[in-house]
Amino acid sequence: MVKTLEDLAKIKDKAKATLSARSAEQSTKVVIGMGTCGIAAGAREVMAAILDELGKRNLAAVTVAQTGCVGLCDKEPLVEIIRSGKPKVMYGRINAERARRIVAQDIVNDQIIGEWVVGTKA
Amino acid sequence: MRLFRAHVLVCAGTNCSLKSNKAVQDRLVREVERRGLADEIKVVETGCFGLCEQGPTVVVYPEGVLYCRVTPDDVPELVEEHLLKGRRLDRLLYREEVPAAGAAVSAGPKAFQTVPEMNFFRGQVRIVLRNCGIIDPESIEEYIANGGYEALGKAITAMTPAAVVEEVKASGLRGRGGAGFPAGLKWEFAAKAKGDTKYIVCNADEGEPGTFKDRLILEGDPHAIIEGMALAAYAIGATQGYVYIRGEYGLSIDRLQKAINRAKEMKLLGRGIFGSKFDFDIEIRTGAGAYICGEETALFESLEGGRGEPRLKPPYPTDSGLFGKPTAINNVETLASVAQIIANGAKWYRGFGTERSPGTKVFTLTGDIVNEGLIEVPMGITLREIIFGIGGGVPNGRSFKMAQSGGTSGGCLPAALLDVPMDYDELAKAGAALGSGALLIMDDTHCIVDIARVFARFFMHESCGKCVPCREGTFRLHEFVENATKGKATPQDLQTVHALARTMALASLCPLGQAAPVPLLSTLQYFRDEYDQHINEKRCPTGTCRGLATPAKALSAAGKGA
Repeated sequence: MVKTLEDLAKIKDKAKATLSARSAEQSTKVVIGMGTCGIAAGAREVMAAILDELGKRNLAAVTVAQTGCVGLCDKEPLVEIIRSGKPKVMYGRINAERARRIVAQDIVNDQIIGEWVVGTKA
Repeated sequence: MRLFRAHVLVCAGTNCSLKSNKAVQDRLVREVERRGLADEIKVVETGCFGLCEQGPTVVVYPEGVLYCRVTPDDVPELVEEHLLKGRRLDRLLYREEVPAAGAAVSAGPKAFQTVPEMNFFRGQVRIVLRNCGIIDPESIEEYIANGGYEALGKAITAMTPAAVVEEVKASGLRGRGGAGFPAGLKWEFAAKAKGDTKYIVCNADEGEPGTFKDRLILEGDPHAIIEGMALAAYAIGATQGYVYIRGEYGLSIDRLQKAINRAKEMKLLGRGIFGSKFDFDIEIRTGAGAYICGEETALFESLEGGRGEPRLKPPYPTDSGLFGKPTAINNVETLASVAQIIANGAKWYRGFGTERSPGTKVFTLTGDIVNEGLIEVPMGITLREIIFGIGGGVPNGRSFKMAQSGGTSGGCLPAALLDVPMDYDELAKAGAALGSGALLIMDDTHCIVDIARVFARFFMHESCGKCVPCREGTFRLHEFVENATKGKATPQDLQTVHALARTMALASLCPLGQAAPVPLLSTLQYFRDEYDQHINEKRCPTGTCRGLATPAKALSAAGKGA
């Protein structure tokens, strides 16, 4: 039901997220290690948790991508947060619950969770 | 809200559906499920992406990787490599010759990874096609997400109908159906016409052979037409709109009907739109595939249930159109441009194209060209840029012979006119027309006289027979060209044809008869030597016309003999 311009804006905001995945201009990127090692350690559940958490918070401007094994199999599942103009942060041994906290604390509030960090790279 | 890490867009335009896109889509959905990726990957059916020659196309976002000529059997590998392992599947990537134009040595085909880096898209400006191939055409939410219905909301809540007319007038938008009449002026006439009942009609009869832009716009972005019609209705004071659409356009009709239904559910059509007193509704009427019904007055006759024959003008449709009421009738592409003009302003629109032909134009590329398909470019671009830049040139190492602009009723342009700017006035000076935006490219293996015969036969077949100049004229034109292909035409016939063409242009009732001689006259103007060879020497230089002598080198070049 669209009766006013505000109604239209509401629908737009809700639906915008669906489309933002179809443009390559996003500022924040989450990369999940999805090699055999990552998947065996539970990366799929991590991916699902991150997508779900981002969805709940309407954070459509975040790209979620996967990558292969980076060589740190022992620390899988690995989750990397990449922001333009900031060092990359890689978290290790992430499970679904920790993944949700990464979304809340790092992606939303911009605070690195030091205890899980495996490394950073400028 | 559910988020997905990747969106897989499958083109479901008509051209791709002819190449089993449905099977590709079904297989994709099955494979994604089988791999347990259904929560992470969304498969979306979109409208035409424009690269019809390479279809069925699949685009994977967020990276924007384009895969071409995807078969159902490619799908398991595609899903495993790209979606599961995150590696691009090299063998299905789009390939383009680089450098594209003007260079002597080609570096060989380069595989293009993503959409923005392709020559095919770099030269384009997409205003009408901005949603095509990006959104799901059956989702009103996705249309709204891309700014849809904002122009309508803005017009109804903040603009008077006269202000909407003024904005469209100021934009300089000209009718995209072919005639190029200023759309704003047409609306002004309809708005000022006396009468309580007025109509807005969308002409989606697209009968011009080689044109399929309206079909793909309707399929790819049906809500843009609805919004454009609603804006037109608001501007002229109409409450009822009709879309007259070809009966053969099954997918367009289906998607447009779904879009109308959704818009009604959302109260974007119906009574009191945006809480105002403005009521508007749209109905679809299908045509039965007669070329003449694309002519506006014949279209009205057909809409009213009569026989599709043109009326005498004046009175013009803006005074007495459908059911004798003031009617604004616009082409699909024109209406699809309107919402963008209202949303962004006339000044913005004038930033594209040329002074007398502002904005962009959608072209359909067919014939001997590498990238057959659908493109949108600023007005005033040259034919050379379209054919050799975006279109990728003439395939199979052949050379360019001619391009017919504007469909079968358009003129034929030789290589010497490749640098003519493509806008209404410049093309008219060259004896051609921008017309509906069809571009038919032919290489040097084609015989001009034989092609002219095919055009002439088309008009003979499609003449409705109401007026003598057209009914008899199209018959005689065809007779002349057919005789020429058999070596039976005489130099005297050429003079008769010119006189006949003049009579048809002056005396025919409607544009069908007026335009029928155009392709013949333009080929006579630019390829006279080929006619002379047929008529005087009884020789067909390309070896197309059977029964005429053919030079041996033409035979071997065309692969038709020893």
